[in-house]
Amino acid sequence: MANIDISGVKKVYPGNVTAIHDLDLSIDDGELVVLVGPSGCGKSTLLRMIAGLETITEGTVAIGGDVVNRKEPAERDIAMVFQNYALYPHMSVRGNLEYGLKNRGTPRPEIDKRVTEAARILEIEPFLERKPRQLSGGQRQRVAMGRAIVRHPKAFLFDEPLSNLDAKLRGQMRIEIKRIQRSLKTTSVYVTHDQLEAMTLADRLVVMNAGRIEQVGKPVELYEKPASLFVAGFIGSPPMNIFETATLRELPGVSLPASLPQGADVIGVRPDSIVLDQPAGAAIALKGTVELIEPVGGESHVYVRLAGIEQIVILVVQGRATFGETDEVAFYLPEAALHPFDKTSGRRIE
Amino acid sequence: MVENRPFLTLLTHLVLIIGVVVIVFPVYLAFIASTRGGGDFMSGVVPLMPGPHMIENYSRMLTAGLSTYGAPPVWQMLSNSLIMALAVSIGKIAISITSAYAIVYFKFPFRFLAFWLIFITLMLPVEVRIIPTFAVVANLGMLNSYPGLIIPLIASATATFLFRQFFLTVPDELMEAARVDGAGPMKFFRDILLPLSRTNIAALFVILFIYGWVQYLWPLLVTTDTRYYTIVMGIKRLAQVADADPLWNLVMAAVMLAMLPPVLVVIFMQRLFVKGLVETEK
Repeated sequence: MANIDISGVKKVYPGNVTAIHDLDLSIDDGELVVLVGPSGCGKSTLLRMIAGLETITEGTVAIGGDVVNRKEPAERDIAMVFQNYALYPHMSVRGNLEYGLKNRGTPRPEIDKRVTEAARILEIEPFLERKPRQLSGGQRQRVAMGRAIVRHPKAFLFDEPLSNLDAKLRGQMRIEIKRIQRSLKTTSVYVTHDQLEAMTLADRLVVMNAGRIEQVGKPVELYEKPASLFVAGFIGSPPMNIFETATLRELPGVSLPASLPQGADVIGVRPDSIVLDQPAGAAIALKGTVELIEPVGGESHVYVRLAGIEQIVILVVQGRATFGETDEVAFYLPEAALHPFDKTSGRRIE
Repeated sequence: MVENRPFLTLLTHLVLIIGVVVIVFPVYLAFIASTRGGGDFMSGVVPLMPGPHMIENYSRMLTAGLSTYGAPPVWQMLSNSLIMALAVSIGKIAISITSAYAIVYFKFPFRFLAFWLIFITLMLPVEVRIIPTFAVVANLGMLNSYPGLIIPLIASATATFLFRQFFLTVPDELMEAARVDGAGPMKFFRDILLPLSRTNIAALFVILFIYGWVQYLWPLLVTTDTRYYTIVMGIKRLAQVADADPLWNLVMAAVMLAMLPPVLVVIFMQRLFVKGLVETEK
């Protein structure tokens, strides 16, 4: 177990394509850090650089205080779980689990002990003698995890490990991964593009965009205080509503709260903090026509077209909506729920 | 087909039976001839039933051969052919799988040039380069020797190409997982790539063994010593005699014996081949 220090790391691919720009990140011992972002944001590249599968153009990666830039993946003492599992198809589950240990010259009794232990943790004892193709997707996923666990590595690296599973299994495995990581307390880096997975798993969340880190923090912090418009739009589902203050000001009968900071030309509001009844404090009152209602069970997502401007606002209503489609509704954006941003830089204004 | 139409079934079977008869009948005729006495096939009426001389004909060909026709015993030619076919097929597979591995998994300068050079040789059949090849082999003093029979045939662009195509379908993650698991290039090749290529190797072995077995022109050129005759060229010598009728019964006995090893290879490898096909999943 160890901490991971990434400082000034840059990745330039042949043809001068920069995938990662001068990135710093430090991951504490035992922490589960999730890298999240849209495809092509460099999150997988960063993970592969930590793993040693990708060369580092500039900067250093240190695992447990040891700069590993020039070390082979095997020498870095990390274990990786791949998106397509990458199990060795011709080996039994046991063979898959043992392979890494055998290559390291681990003594036989120790191998057996660790395989038994990992099989017990992951509940894959009954399949140990089977070949990967005789297993279901979820079982293969467990074997891939097992292959990482048996090694007792300094760090686990997960490269979108759940994206090949169906939604239900994904939910189960997510809980499983968190449980195992908690009990083993192994430093982990987890890459995903699924923001729900990111929010639920992470001790700390790293939102990346275009090869740069947008924001690092606890999932709740990122949700409650997104540092940029990008994070605001990426974290949370349904996504945050974004309004231009200039457009809002022009609407008849709309006044913006005086507390809004200087230079806030864009404001964001989470769909679930929009209310239908006038709140106690200051609020922006808006009106619009209901376009669509999506009942999702405990709550409903309501898409409202704002009167005057052709902008769609999403609001989350608890239970069933009391109005129907094409109805006129009035709603309020409470002052405390406004996220002010600077339009040009995209950064949050305090 | 889902439909049950008796006429269609009859027709398809008839076509297949005709096909089988066309292929099998000459082989059957050869077998009949090999069991008959010397003059039976010269009498004008082709016999269709086996004769009484089978054991006599076969044992004579196997042990003594036809020295007057310049042919050594068949067992010797068979073993020469076996050595040549095995060495050619195993050698071809060993060389092409390693070169394909180098081309696919290692980044070195002129990698693509190397691949294309190998690929281009596909376009040059043996016959085109046979004279220069002969000159080289002769100058190296390899006439009338096993190396002379084997080495010029041992490189294979086709097999290299096939292995390359197969390696390209193996997911990169498998190699990366092996790297993380501490397997170096040779270990990855031995522990993972080789077992995964098992079916391809089996299929290629069948094809290449038969290719080596049926070589005719090259052994004819480089061997003048009867000790190095191969069976396929030996049969030609048996059939080609001056001032006498070929002893068809004995020639056909040699033909039947020459057919046996490739048939056995196909039958034996087919099982492994099919088994491998069913089991493989990448």
